[in-house]
Amino acid sequence: MADVRQIVIDIISDIAPDEDVSNLDDAKSLREQLDLDSMDFLDIVMELRKRHKVEVPQEDYPKLATLASCVSYLSPKFATV
Amino acid sequence: MNDTQRIVMTGIGLTAPNGNNLNDFRKALLECRSGVKHHDVRYMGKQVAGMCDFDEYKYQSKKLRRRGTRAGSVSIYCANEAIQDAKLDWQTIDKSMVGVYIGITEHGNVETEEEIYQMHQNSLDWKLWSPHHNPRTVANSPAGEVTLNLNITGPHYTLGSACAGGNVGIIQGVQQLLLGEVDLALAGGISESSQTFGIFAAFAAQGALAQNEDPSKASRPLDKNRNGIAISEGGCIYVLERLSDAKKRGAKIYAEIVGYAINSDATDFVNPNSERQVQCMQKAIKRAGLNVSDIDIVNMHATGTGTGDVNESEAVRAAFEASEKTFVNFTKGHIGHCMGAAGSLELAGNIPSFVDGLVHPGMNCTDLDPQCEIKNLVINEAKYVGNINYILNNSFGMLGINSALIVKKYIG
Repeated sequence: MADVRQIVIDIISDIAPDEDVSNLDDAKSLREQLDLDSMDFLDIVMELRKRHKVEVPQEDYPKLATLASCVSYLSPKFATV
Repeated sequence: MNDTQRIVMTGIGLTAPNGNNLNDFRKALLECRSGVKHHDVRYMGKQVAGMCDFDEYKYQSKKLRRRGTRAGSVSIYCANEAIQDAKLDWQTIDKSMVGVYIGITEHGNVETEEEIYQMHQNSLDWKLWSPHHNPRTVANSPAGEVTLNLNITGPHYTLGSACAGGNVGIIQGVQQLLLGEVDLALAGGISESSQTFGIFAAFAAQGALAQNEDPSKASRPLDKNRNGIAISEGGCIYVLERLSDAKKRGAKIYAEIVGYAINSDATDFVNPNSERQVQCMQKAIKRAGLNVSDIDIVNMHATGTGTGDVNESEAVRAAFEASEKTFVNFTKGHIGHCMGAAGSLELAGNIPSFVDGLVHPGMNCTDLDPQCEIKNLVINEAKYVGNINYILNNSFGMLGINSALIVKKYIG
């Protein structure tokens, strides 16, 4: 079973290497905790596709708002990859 | 001439394959230290190239470096170094009156090649094409990154001018200051060309890519055994301002720009035309109100190709026939061909001559090609000349673009 939370954190660390991702609150918005903009979220989507063949359609982008929502949204997708 | 109509250089920021500031660069030139090394090029393997090792994160966050381009990174480093060197109080500068004018040979090849490569690695999945591709590859990108980094709200653009780019960027800065469009110009040239595969492959196809077991000996302008261009990256950006403003703030003044010219061969896509090169140098000298014998140093474009060096040697011989005291050197033996950065970088390497009285030597010309013999050519060892007042810098590029820039020692 993929550790989706860690996968997302690893991608964020690559996209925003200046940020400290060690103490993220899973329930809080990622944008509240990190200096991320809409282009960074596009990069997250792109990396999910490139590294894990996981597709996130545009209408689902809001589901990547928090770490918790990432895990609940992406886990079923990782299960079918 | 009124001080508001005289443009001076008050800051220099640079990165070259053999130095990341003017002092180190000059020292390397005087001591004949090469910056050309082996470099692994995608698909082609080991080639000779000049790569820069400046600290990319000195003035830029890791995130913005990742989002931007190598060309932007070189530009940001050089622009910040130039501002620091000029001792400008950046907080109090009116950023709407600062212009960024950067000469480039090309832009976007690095990023486009990378996207295509990644797509090929991923079963041609075009949906992996980066959303950053457009902002990274628009032609103003390197100059635009400088404005983002330094909060500059005045004009910015690049000057696409092949390997004349460095001179052309400076000339644009001078003109915009004279027009009153800006009060301060960050102007020069940059190149990240050695990060691409295409430029290596194209020069190889043309039979014009330098090769040598010892990379430090690969770039050999004017030498009988030269075999092509050593591709390099680099950058050099100047702070330009009106003499009146520079005096007002008590700035250190490196040089005054007194003459320049840009013309076109209208002859060939790649082969140069020495007659047009002569005309270009003469036009710059005339604009400066000088005679040829006033020019103390001519820095040649001299790329190390068979035809290019012979043509330019012919041009320099013809243009300076009447002068006994003009010394001639070249820089690409040390650093390879820094493309869009070549003009501004090679000029910077000569500017300390106003202070130390030395002409830096051209490197790796151990067996001078008789077709490239030029009076007062300085090769392999620096020459002390003493009082140096004027330097003329040549930079030429494909499609027949020629540029010549003349700077004068500033005596306050």
